[in-house]
Amino acid sequence: MMLSTKLPIGDVMEEIIQWMTVNFAGFFEGMKQGLSQLISGFQSLLNAIPVFLFILLFVFLAWWVAGKGIAIFTGLGLILIHNLLLWKQTMQTLALVSTSTLIALMIGLPLGILMSQNDITYKIIRPILDFMQTMPAFVYLIPAVYFFDLGTVPGAVATIIFAMPPIVRLTNLGIRQVPKDIIEASKSFGSTPFQLLFKVQIPLAIPTVLAGLNQTIMLSLSMVVISAMIGAEGLGNIVLQGITQMKIGKGFEGGLAVVIIAMILDRITQCLGNENPKTGKMFIRNLRTKKKNKSLRGGI
Amino acid sequence: MPIIEVKNLYKIFGSSPKQVIPLLEKGESKSSILKKYKHGIGVNKASFQVEKGEIFVVMGLSGSGKSTLLRCLNRLIEPSSGEVYIDGEDITKIDVVNLREVRRKKIAMVFQNFALLPHKTVQENVAFGLEIQGVKFEERMDKALKMLELVGLKGYANVKPKELSGGMQQRVGLARALATDAQILLMDEAFSALDPLIRKDMQNELLSLQSKMKKTIVFITHDLDEALRIGDRIAIMKDGTIVQIGTSEEILHNPANDYVREFTQNVNRTKIVSAASIMRFAESITLEKAGLRTAAKKMNDLGISSLFVTDKENVLLGAVTIDEVSRMLREQKGDLREIIDKDVCTVEPDASIDLIITEFLKSKYPIAVVDSDNKLEGIVFKSTVLSGIAGEGGGEHDA
Repeated sequence: MMLSTKLPIGDVMEEIIQWMTVNFAGFFEGMKQGLSQLISGFQSLLNAIPVFLFILLFVFLAWWVAGKGIAIFTGLGLILIHNLLLWKQTMQTLALVSTSTLIALMIGLPLGILMSQNDITYKIIRPILDFMQTMPAFVYLIPAVYFFDLGTVPGAVATIIFAMPPIVRLTNLGIRQVPKDIIEASKSFGSTPFQLLFKVQIPLAIPTVLAGLNQTIMLSLSMVVISAMIGAEGLGNIVLQGITQMKIGKGFEGGLAVVIIAMILDRITQCLGNENPKTGKMFIRNLRTKKKNKSLRGGI
Repeated sequence: MPIIEVKNLYKIFGSSPKQVIPLLEKGESKSSILKKYKHGIGVNKASFQVEKGEIFVVMGLSGSGKSTLLRCLNRLIEPSSGEVYIDGEDITKIDVVNLREVRRKKIAMVFQNFALLPHKTVQENVAFGLEIQGVKFEERMDKALKMLELVGLKGYANVKPKELSGGMQQRVGLARALATDAQILLMDEAFSALDPLIRKDMQNELLSLQSKMKKTIVFITHDLDEALRIGDRIAIMKDGTIVQIGTSEEILHNPANDYVREFTQNVNRTKIVSAASIMRFAESITLEKAGLRTAAKKMNDLGISSLFVTDKENVLLGAVTIDEVSRMLREQKGDLREIIDKDVCTVEPDASIDLIITEFLKSKYPIAVVDSDNKLEGIVFKSTVLSGIAGEGGGEHDA
């Protein structure tokens, strides 16, 4: 049946935003302070590391986790960024991405676990995730500005909203994919739901969760230009200047730096969950086994 | 007192199981209840007792409810109605915390597809039950190592399960179940995923462990041979109902109904496969036509060490060996007739494989298959017997 009058969804939404701006001002202010502290903390940490040392650290990390090829690419890529005089903006972007990813993880992991536990939570959370992922980012950039003013913070908030769904979805998926007979085995030995979750389900879900982490990082990087529109600092800003001032070259250099950072982070995080072809062990698990074997030697 | 006692156990899948039970008692069948009321029958009024130290096998085809029944014993599946006494305690009435205690201390389980934790080493897997109980790291790893030694996997403590073969993985599963010192072992088709040879090994291993450890084992299988081999008593299930419980003798000789009878007929292929179905074409020589040289050449050509000899009516006379033939040839005297060994074991075409096997024990030659007039029809080699038992068709020539 068609209605003769238009439903006032937009008007209601505006009312809600207005009302929240007024009534939750304290909450938003606190959140803004917290977030901007976190971001600037990250930023000053990254800036405190000398460029040369930073590159060396990243090359070492890439080598350790992902192998020689990625390490060489990481070194050359970072040197190129420095050469393009984009180092400061890159660190700003990294700080924004790190903060957003960290917060997305902090909210997303528990949410994913919650979602995996029963079908009711799954049915509630799923449409929310769809909303977060597909609602065009510009639509919630505006209320973010209402709540947090212009700057890096609303950019981070928008990034968190946009980048969180994969980690939630894949945590849920990873836990639900644990074979039924392994769950049964664990229960048959008398495990509590808590033991089942932490000794069986989550460890077995790790490769899938890491794939989610990778996606979350990639999505936060893809938001840097959009968040630059509301005043977030970093590489996005360079690209935005390139666009608005018709400086194609500058825009390209900024974009290239984003791509380099994205590729480095992608390859490194992807390899975290991969199995080492030589030992058949997953990188992350490898670390743990090494630790345990040490204690074993003492024990037996 | 029996260590496990199950009384009138029902498991019905669907929205209102309790309402279906009276219908079952009135004698409605599984399929009509599924059709009319959309309820599946897992277990239909099962009652049995298992004594301490006994291996109790539940046998049935897939869908007969045997795995459901097993899971009701530790409430991995909640029974719809009925009582399950473990050590005299009705576990269908206890709360979650006590149930966990029962699962930790009294009942351990072994799974068809092993259900090992892929991220833990073999030793950590075996220690898992104890880890759940909160046993200290060193103590549980010590215990796990002992259990691995018991199942013959001591050297594999630090590898991951997926590096092991199926049989070895199931040994780990068994060691994990033994590590908790639970008196009751539930084994859900524990050996069904293994190769036939490995399965036999594991059955022997289980029996030898059992002779030392005296556990109470409830073993689920769809394989009657396995049931007969390891079970002290066997329960046969069909459509959720236990149709007969008894020792293997009782089941084989007094099947309760046609269903059980049909099963037991197929119990052992050695009793039903006939000589005719596995015999091959028999190479032979005709005494009237052939001499020593023909015999020697034929054996050389075929690469065999003995040959049947028939008369021109194809009646079996006996066999000659390459050794005898070449001795005669060396000494350049004598006749084929002198060296025919009449001591050849023969069977009729409808003889069963187990008869053939007993003949092999007496015979130096392959077995000759002859008809009632002693005419040679075919030959059975030791290797064809094996493939006959394994269910492969015979018929092609291969000596």
